[in-house]
Amino acid sequence: MSEPEPATEARRIAAEARDRQRFEEEALALADQVYRVARRLVGAREEAEDLVQETYARAFRSWRSFTPGTNMRAWLLRILTNLNVDRGRRIQRTPHSQPLEEGDYYLANKLAAAGGEEVLEQEQVVERMSQDSVVNALASIQPQFRDVVVLVDIGDFTYADAAQILDIPIGTVMSRLHRGRRALKQKLAEDTVP
Amino acid sequence: MTRDPCDKCEEILQDYLDRTLTNEEWAEAESHLEGCDYCRRRYRFEETLRRYVKTSAAERMPPGLMDKLQELRGLDATA
Repeated sequence: MSEPEPATEARRIAAEARDRQRFEEEALALADQVYRVARRLVGAREEAEDLVQETYARAFRSWRSFTPGTNMRAWLLRILTNLNVDRGRRIQRTPHSQPLEEGDYYLANKLAAAGGEEVLEQEQVVERMSQDSVVNALASIQPQFRDVVVLVDIGDFTYADAAQILDIPIGTVMSRLHRGRRALKQKLAEDTVP
Repeated sequence: MTRDPCDKCEEILQDYLDRTLTNEEWAEAESHLEGCDYCRRRYRFEETLRRYVKTSAAERMPPGLMDKLQELRGLDATA
């Protein structure tokens, strides 16, 4: 087989450089969304920043393994959650037992018991819970449940995307999401309803 | 108020809000919600709560992080 013509080779290199540049720009345009999810997956802001940087370093190194036309945000989050598991979860203590779960109406029922049924009609009843209490409640959920809640409810990923990102079956996404949301409401009820 | 339909309603609350119910379940839920203040209030509350959780949890990227990410461009697989 003959060597490629220098001109052909130059065109190939130029095309690859363009592809790479396009990939990097597309990935960087998603950085704010990736950070928002990362911020709620880990405890501290600095940790989230590090995680996002590691994610982009790996993404830029392995840009050829991204299939153009597929969901890049999910691809980046897949890298990020894998890195997060690698770096943080190794040192994690054995999972503590999940407290007894309350039902889906638990928070609403507690609010209604404290202030009457009508309070549920008022948007203020939700807004009266501080943003900090929401953030703290999210942080208090066990990581395996929190990951799913953050991806679906904060990151707007579909069940299917979340399943792919976390490499778990879609049925597991649904059950963890359900349990995670219940845990969130239970914590909010404990912290915000007198 | 009979408890049974409301128990069922609580059970399908998440799927209703996620819009993952079958047409039949959806119609069943709608007809129950129409006549049941107790569940309707809770469903509305839940919708508002979800929106609020999302806004409360959103934190913008800190200034300076984008510059750090820009610097990573061009990293080589062999580096």
